[in-house]
Amino acid sequence: MSTTISMPQLGESVAEGTIGKWLKAPGERIERDEPLLEVITDKVNAEIPSPVAGVVERIVVPEGQTVPVGAELAIIGDGVAAAEPPAEGASGSGSELPSETTGPTTLEDAEAQVATSQEQVPQGPSGAASSAAPVAIQREGEVGARRSDGADGDEGPKRASPLVRRLASEHGVDLSQIAGSGLGGRVTKDDILAHIEAQGATPGSAGVPPAPDEAGGTPALPAAAVPPPAAAAPLASAGQLGPDEELVPLTPMRRAIAEHMVRSIQTSPHAWGMVEIDVTPLVGLRERLLREWRAREGFELTFMPFFVKAVVEALRESPVLNARWSDQGVVLKRRVNVGVAVAVADGLVVPVIRDADQRSLAGLAHAVRDLAVRGRAGRLTMDDLQGGTFTVNNTGALGSIASGPIINQPQAGIITMEAIVKRPVVRDDAIAIRSMMNACLAFDHRITDGAEALRFLQSVKRRVEAYGPDTALY
Amino acid sequence: MPVQTLIEAVTAALREEMARDSNVILLGEDVGVHGGVFRATDGLHKEFGSERVIDTPLAELGIAGIAIGAAMNGLVPVAEIQFADYIHPAFDQIVNEAAKIRYRSNGAFSCPIVVRAPFGAGVHGGLYHSQSVEALFYHVPGLKIVIPSTPYDCKGLLKAAIRDPDPVLFFEHKKSYRRIKGEVPDEEYTLPLSVADVKREGSDISVITYGVGVHLALEAADKIAAEGVSVEVLDLRTIVPMDKAAIARSVAKTSKVLIVHEDNKTGGVGAEIAATIVEDHFELLDGPILRVAAADTHIPYAPTLEEAVIPNVDDVLAALRRLAAY
Repeated sequence: MSTTISMPQLGESVAEGTIGKWLKAPGERIERDEPLLEVITDKVNAEIPSPVAGVVERIVVPEGQTVPVGAELAIIGDGVAAAEPPAEGASGSGSELPSETTGPTTLEDAEAQVATSQEQVPQGPSGAASSAAPVAIQREGEVGARRSDGADGDEGPKRASPLVRRLASEHGVDLSQIAGSGLGGRVTKDDILAHIEAQGATPGSAGVPPAPDEAGGTPALPAAAVPPPAAAAPLASAGQLGPDEELVPLTPMRRAIAEHMVRSIQTSPHAWGMVEIDVTPLVGLRERLLREWRAREGFELTFMPFFVKAVVEALRESPVLNARWSDQGVVLKRRVNVGVAVAVADGLVVPVIRDADQRSLAGLAHAVRDLAVRGRAGRLTMDDLQGGTFTVNNTGALGSIASGPIINQPQAGIITMEAIVKRPVVRDDAIAIRSMMNACLAFDHRITDGAEALRFLQSVKRRVEAYGPDTALY
Repeated sequence: MPVQTLIEAVTAALREEMARDSNVILLGEDVGVHGGVFRATDGLHKEFGSERVIDTPLAELGIAGIAIGAAMNGLVPVAEIQFADYIHPAFDQIVNEAAKIRYRSNGAFSCPIVVRAPFGAGVHGGLYHSQSVEALFYHVPGLKIVIPSTPYDCKGLLKAAIRDPDPVLFFEHKKSYRRIKGEVPDEEYTLPLSVADVKREGSDISVITYGVGVHLALEAADKIAAEGVSVEVLDLRTIVPMDKAAIARSVAKTSKVLIVHEDNKTGGVGAEIAATIVEDHFELLDGPILRVAAADTHIPYAPTLEEAVIPNVDDVLAALRRLAAY
């Protein structure tokens, strides 16, 4: 009895997911609801729990690979099949293979590769090089990585000690071609040295590695014995790295952000607008409330809740900006769920304040803080990250005074709140020093036009400028 | 060459060093008139007098403290802790004072003491006369720890320890005091600290060990040689600072390692040796690093239980066979 684990639909616009990390290895026991793997989609790591208790029979998709929603990821068995030893790998052992595997897989390679581990494989009575007690050889997450050209029944990569692996790579030896004399058919040092000697693969170097120097370091490998590395790491798109270049491997989050940004720019024709907001009364209000707020709530009162509230109310006036595009028409959203961008260690996440229009300023302050704290700690859930209808980005915190933000798909727009700076401005034909802030809007020009977008921006401006001594936080 | 027991080698080393340097003094419980419970200082009180061979009260903290103070003022004390099991009251003096004096005084003071202590099980001493304590001090920077396995090594290393400018813990396995005999030259010699010794050459498996483990390993190596397995026995002799180069040479030769000590397995010296090998020489290894050590419990008084808890030749043989088959 096996259960297939498939790539779940992790968000409304999510069509695929990347395997971030397997939390269980093949052969390991797993309980129901225990986390099995981490999946990375748009900017989030989601832990996928096992729907059943059992033993991880096999892992189909390796870490780092991206597969569509619904693709088979792993098989959880009831533990009986996994306890069976895989076939010993000597070719021509006379093993009879099971005819077909059960359960569909999306990766043909993977299926062929792991077919033999699915079911009990009868051990050939004769011919097997190592008829010693079969030991369950742990299949690593190697699915699809290598396929031996050997006959049916080949069990894939063998387990080998660090020394044997080093000798194999130095001498270009395929370990699957050596009949191991060690425990469970393991290729021992003696086996591989004898093999190298028999082949005369690398004259003059087949032997015990040279003794380390007095400093105790691991001995250097004789240069002549080292063949050019086979199939170096793929640097296809990076090209040949120059001496003054360095390749920083992509984190799953970096890759997800990159993919999302390209898709957004290619999907929505972005148009931009900016207004200037006089936030002098708001700055005064916050300064007056700071001490009392901190004493009462235990954290800093930021400008974000004021901005979010103004944006939410403006969205109520301009529902077309709280919407998404479809070929059949503009889909208006009844709920206002505002995403707030949070910078994290290796990128950016945009968790969502649900029903932001139903919260007071204090409620928004708590919601913003909660998401920021959990975002930086990497403790956001998939639920926190989906369902946003509009995004507010506090770029001013980074010192920016104007931005051209990219829309968080499939939303209609994104607004940035820029740095608050004191500037001389004209008030009643006199020059006054005021605290000024720019707000920049990017909107999907398919959905609406500049007139509506600017009406929205003016509405935000009016609301932010209206904060003052009488504003109630609670 | 004359044959001596290990305890005779201890006495000879002490006598020679006291004759060589009038600053060398001995102190401990019953080391004077009585000549020590194991007779390690037999005759020295008569020979050198009570100014230099000092009977102390039964207070190990004081023994260590007096030795440290005397060392800082120019003497070269050799303190005896009657059984290593009783070194624990002196732990603070050894760890917090002796080990730190050179560092704390920026080299202005040093602490050239030797603390000798009989240790180990196998003589039905029960809980309080059987302990191995090396791991407790192994962790502490500033201490050297020597554990000899043969009379020859014992004499040469003890003399070197007395001449060493820093604190040395010199642990002598009490089971080997009279059981282990060996040739010891009449001529003056010392052996360098922190240099391991290959007690038996071999090509298939390295046994890295010290103290009585050396003798277990040699006996097991003899037996398994009949099965066609060639075992090398590396005697560390000094466990801190250990001879990493010798370990590297042996591992490069055999690619398989067994570590043997009588101290408990958990958090023992073997763990550090294994970790060092894996860190530095991962790609020399052709099998898991195994440890044969005492069970993680106390040394029982009942002989049958004691025998079950501490490692014996059969335990070493079983581990060697497992590695050979791997």
